[in-house]
Amino acid sequence: MGFKSHCFKKSLWVFHFGGASCNNCDIEILDCLAPRHDLERFGILLVGSIRHADVLLVNGSINKRDRERLLELYNQAPKPILVVAIGACGCTGGIFAEGITFAGPVDKIIPVDAYVPGCPPKPEAIIAGIVKLVNKN
Amino acid sequence: MAVNFFYFLVFPGLLFLGVAGAFLSWFDRKVTAMVQFRKGPPVLQPFYDFFKLLLVKETILPKYGSPVIFLLAPVFAVFGATMAGVFILLPLFNITTGFRGDLLVIFYLLTIPSFSYILGSLASGNPLASVGSSREMKLILSYELTFMLVLAAVIMKCGRQFDLYSIIAAQQASSPFAASVSGVLLFIVAIFCIQAKLALVPFDMAEAETEINHGVFIEYSGAAYALIRLAKYIMLLVLPSLVAALLLGGFRLDGIHVLWSLVKVIGIVLLLTLIRNTNPRLRIKQAVNFFLVWMNLLVVIAIVLIALGY
Repeated sequence: MGFKSHCFKKSLWVFHFGGASCNNCDIEILDCLAPRHDLERFGILLVGSIRHADVLLVNGSINKRDRERLLELYNQAPKPILVVAIGACGCTGGIFAEGITFAGPVDKIIPVDAYVPGCPPKPEAIIAGIVKLVNKN
Repeated sequence: MAVNFFYFLVFPGLLFLGVAGAFLSWFDRKVTAMVQFRKGPPVLQPFYDFFKLLLVKETILPKYGSPVIFLLAPVFAVFGATMAGVFILLPLFNITTGFRGDLLVIFYLLTIPSFSYILGSLASGNPLASVGSSREMKLILSYELTFMLVLAAVIMKCGRQFDLYSIIAAQQASSPFAASVSGVLLFIVAIFCIQAKLALVPFDMAEAETEINHGVFIEYSGAAYALIRLAKYIMLLVLPSLVAALLLGGFRLDGIHVLWSLVKVIGIVLLLTLIRNTNPRLRIKQAVNFFLVWMNLLVVIAIVLIALGY
């Protein structure tokens, strides 16, 4: 079991789902993969297909239409999959929490393993969140 | 019999090819990172990726496709790549098989991985996968003729010898084929051919990540995808070794020449990585045009030069 979880921790492939986002969190997530922070040092890659993913990053406020897409993605992902909610909107709903199209923060729809609050969170905060996620498992 | 199983499974075969290919894959990612002013992944990263996919992740089967062909395709890909690797590396390590005409078998075995990707993606029942497989098919149609002509030119250059062992022996007796005008042309064409065979960036339209989400591999997960990664690692070792054998004079395994043989393979991989990092993705029409017109023209010029004795 030790070997398996070691390999899993060392090679987390990330699939990025942006809800109705203002794009600030998206830019900060991409910033983590860019040369300055370079998460590929730890084996973290951005993949294009949910079938290859180990981590589902969700950011932005989830409205009623995004809810169906998010559930579909979560059901199509190969298990074990970790879910990370990024930004104030993903964690709590932020300023959209009272909106009429808002369908609940991410953890009302799918189980969430880590929360990275902030509007937007700094890349350092996202890295700290990933370190905590890796150490938890 | 036992020695054949040893060849296939251990020494020039599956184990050796997988491990060496994984290191080359790490080298490719590290050079890519250095080109982009990043730090890059650790040495064992390809092994972590492979074992994570093989042991940890769940394999999902397609609902509207053929699960049997979907699962068999990666096995065929690994088999074809390993078999080709054994046929190429045995003469390179100076072990004679006594099999005359192995170049033709190598040519067919090297197409098996691409064809099995097509089979697997069509069996997955995903529309983006079928777009990817249609592109892969067009790409095969364009580069296979060029690759065949390169092999024909090499066979012609060494005096109609069809086996890799005597091609390498002919080069070691005089000088490598790449040290002549026609050899340089053939080397350029061969580099582009293996770039397309490996589906690296100017020719990666079949698995364009940003456009059709990994295309032919979109539905693969878990152990099946691990086998596809293994086939890719193996091909990354096998194709540069083939070019080293055909045009750069093969390997020599005495003293300091071992290092020189390593430099040949790593140099070709470096060249492929630099091409992949400095070029945008072509459209499929441009790729077909590139191979059918320009690369074929270069090979035909090289064949004429060989006939004239250059």
